[in-house]
Amino acid sequence: MFDKFREWYENRHEYAKDWKEKTGGKVVGYICTYIPEEILYAANVLPVRILGGHEPESIGLAEPYLFGMYCPFCRDCLAQGLQGKYAYLDGIVIGQSCIHIRQTFFSWRQRIPHEFDHYIPMPMNVVTPRASIPFLRKELEIFKSALERWLEKEITDDDLRRGIEIVNKNRRLMKKVYNLRREPNPKLTGLEAMYMVVSSQLTDKNEHSDAIEEMFNNGLATRDLGRESSIRLMTVGSENDDVEFTKMVEETLGATIVIEDHCTGSRYFWEEVKLDEKDPLTAIAERYVTRTPCPQRDWEPERIRFRRILDLIEEFGVQGVLLIQQKFCDPHELDIPALRDLLNEKGIKNYFLEFDVTVPVGQFRIRVEAFLETFASDELFAEDIV
Amino acid sequence: MDSENKYPTEGFKCWKKAKELRLQYYKNYMQAKEKGGIRWAGNAPSIDAVPYGLGDDVYHLTGEPYGATVAYNKEFARRCHEVVEAKGYARDLCAYMRNYWGSVLLNEFVFGGPFPKPDFMWVLHSCCSHAKWYQEASRIEGGIPYFVIDWSAGMYYKWDEKREDYVVDPNQEHRIQYLVDQMQEGIEWLEDITGREYDDEKLIQAAKNYFESTSLWAEICTLNQAIPAPMDEKTMYSFYVFAALHKAHREVVEFYKELRDEMRDRVARGIAAIPNEKARIMTDIQPPWGFLEIYRYMESYGVVSIGSFYTFTLMGHWEIAEDGTFRPRTTPMEKGIEIRTREDALRLLADWALGLPMAQIFYDHRFKSHIMKKIFTQWKCNGIIMHFNRGCEGLTLGVAENKQALVEAGIPVAYYEGNMGDEREFELATVKEQITAFIESLGLIK
Repeated sequence: MFDKFREWYENRHEYAKDWKEKTGGKVVGYICTYIPEEILYAANVLPVRILGGHEPESIGLAEPYLFGMYCPFCRDCLAQGLQGKYAYLDGIVIGQSCIHIRQTFFSWRQRIPHEFDHYIPMPMNVVTPRASIPFLRKELEIFKSALERWLEKEITDDDLRRGIEIVNKNRRLMKKVYNLRREPNPKLTGLEAMYMVVSSQLTDKNEHSDAIEEMFNNGLATRDLGRESSIRLMTVGSENDDVEFTKMVEETLGATIVIEDHCTGSRYFWEEVKLDEKDPLTAIAERYVTRTPCPQRDWEPERIRFRRILDLIEEFGVQGVLLIQQKFCDPHELDIPALRDLLNEKGIKNYFLEFDVTVPVGQFRIRVEAFLETFASDELFAEDIV
Repeated sequence: MDSENKYPTEGFKCWKKAKELRLQYYKNYMQAKEKGGIRWAGNAPSIDAVPYGLGDDVYHLTGEPYGATVAYNKEFARRCHEVVEAKGYARDLCAYMRNYWGSVLLNEFVFGGPFPKPDFMWVLHSCCSHAKWYQEASRIEGGIPYFVIDWSAGMYYKWDEKREDYVVDPNQEHRIQYLVDQMQEGIEWLEDITGREYDDEKLIQAAKNYFESTSLWAEICTLNQAIPAPMDEKTMYSFYVFAALHKAHREVVEFYKELRDEMRDRVARGIAAIPNEKARIMTDIQPPWGFLEIYRYMESYGVVSIGSFYTFTLMGHWEIAEDGTFRPRTTPMEKGIEIRTREDALRLLADWALGLPMAQIFYDHRFKSHIMKKIFTQWKCNGIIMHFNRGCEGLTLGVAENKQALVEAGIPVAYYEGNMGDEREFELATVKEQITAFIESLGLIK
């Protein structure tokens, strides 16, 4: 049922090249999910997220341009560009993000041929929306103008409303699919969810939304995966599109990832743009300032993201949490001790794993298996049995 | 004077005063509560002019200089790292931050006694760590209130094809407003948590001090263009720190004036930092604080480090003149701008903060490469030794690209990997070998 999304995930470059040929449109690569895709859709430009290739042999290409202690994800992304895998991109944009991935953008901008580039200084301060929303609105206006100059066409408010609706519809549909993961016998696996969300970042959302609707028409809501007795896990952390790891957890070890907090997962699409009667750019600015923040922007003492993680744990019946962090990822490293303290305080089992370009699946299998066994030992030593 | 030592040299007359002022700064912070005063903690770039509006008895502790001081005390730093790692924090995080947290967790102040808790924290955010540093410090210290101002509002400069240089991007208004709005909210917050009435006159005076002290520091650095260099970078570290401690304090302005005058006098009299100056290098980013002896090692070859983009622009404010010269930034007072109201002061503070050259590295490494080339030429350097500093991922943003750009420009460049604040990641013997090889490649022998 999710094969279409897997195909898109696996053949992302072919998809984008075909799209260009078919539509004659421009394709823009983006780094980090803090990019207002709504504006690109309004301009009839296809936004494609730049992701790593999980091929360790290619990483060396990025070495001369990135500091050695920057995360593997940012090196992997740049290596993809240097290898020419994204040669079809007409432009590249970033919504201000962590400094590691910024370097990927900076080096890409300098070293890989393209027609258009833009850096949006997306505000880091989402705690003071009174200041950050008007600021971001102006930056979005600058971005829109830059696009208009490049494309030599005006982007009207009606175009923006259309762009917002395309992206919002896709968000709504993915959320509808996610609701099926709440059920005791989830209707999809974590791997399937990953294929769906990541491919949404790689394809035309109109087509992607059609594919989701088709799944519903084909009985997604009544699907039976026979996973009612598997351990329900949540993954939390840095960018994660590691298919091999997810397969291992779900197929080899039999657990089910029922929800996640990653920018390649729920954090990407959870909140919609609330247009109401507002000016579209203001509505877009509000969405990006008030969305569930990445850890680097999450400055409140209690952390907005933590409250959401706890809510998701409850709503999706999560039994245990796998904390996944890209090696050297400072924003997550800065949150993990506090998050672990919170989860421990709430009695929620959790386990930490550090990811690289590829993960040692064999070692991780043993470690995750040991973590899963702790759930069985809980049953073994449960008071009513003892 | 033998043939090797061709220049006269002497110690700085204001050296003793500098030591006293620095010690007094920390004492003031430690003893603030005894005097009924307020104390706050924050990062070095934080706009300290704003909390000065709370009164004259407001003292603060900036985290980076404190972390560097801890680093200099290797044994204490080691204990800090261990206690932080035991709490689950990664060892690749900012070394200053880990030194600071470690000190809090150990409840030991590096100058003696228990760690003096601040009443609040006031932060300016640009790299991934700034806001999170104090968020976690607050958590560790049991919920100290903190306020963070986002500085990452975008590039202040833009490339001008015609001039082949950077010029100020005129599109700053909304960026300035963003910082002003945050500071306005911050002032309300400060009044709320301290229960004090805010004094705009004190803010205005502190803002003037900030403009003056940070432009003065740039003027002091400019005087180091002289041959022989009147100040070596190791000494410079002891002086630049005042702008990182309390740049908006009048005491710093007065001290920098004194230092500037002494530098002028040294230049006029040909007083050298090192008597055997044969070659001049510049460095990059923070040094390994526990191993500053590498500077003395370079000097044994007649190599003086005249400073760096780091020591010049971490706190110093500069501008690019019409003719392309990198020179001290003209202050609003020099421009004849009158600062009458809170709004006036905040707008100028925002504009000043956004224009800091060091802040530009977060938006484009090409800016820093360009300025490094200017420094190389204007300060008459022979080579550059870069520190790929594992202790600060913020200031290492772009270093690999900077190195490429400098090499492509034909500049001799060497680099070593180390850590400004974690001695476990610095190998002295290896670095000395690297430095030796580089110096010898410049044609110098001992």
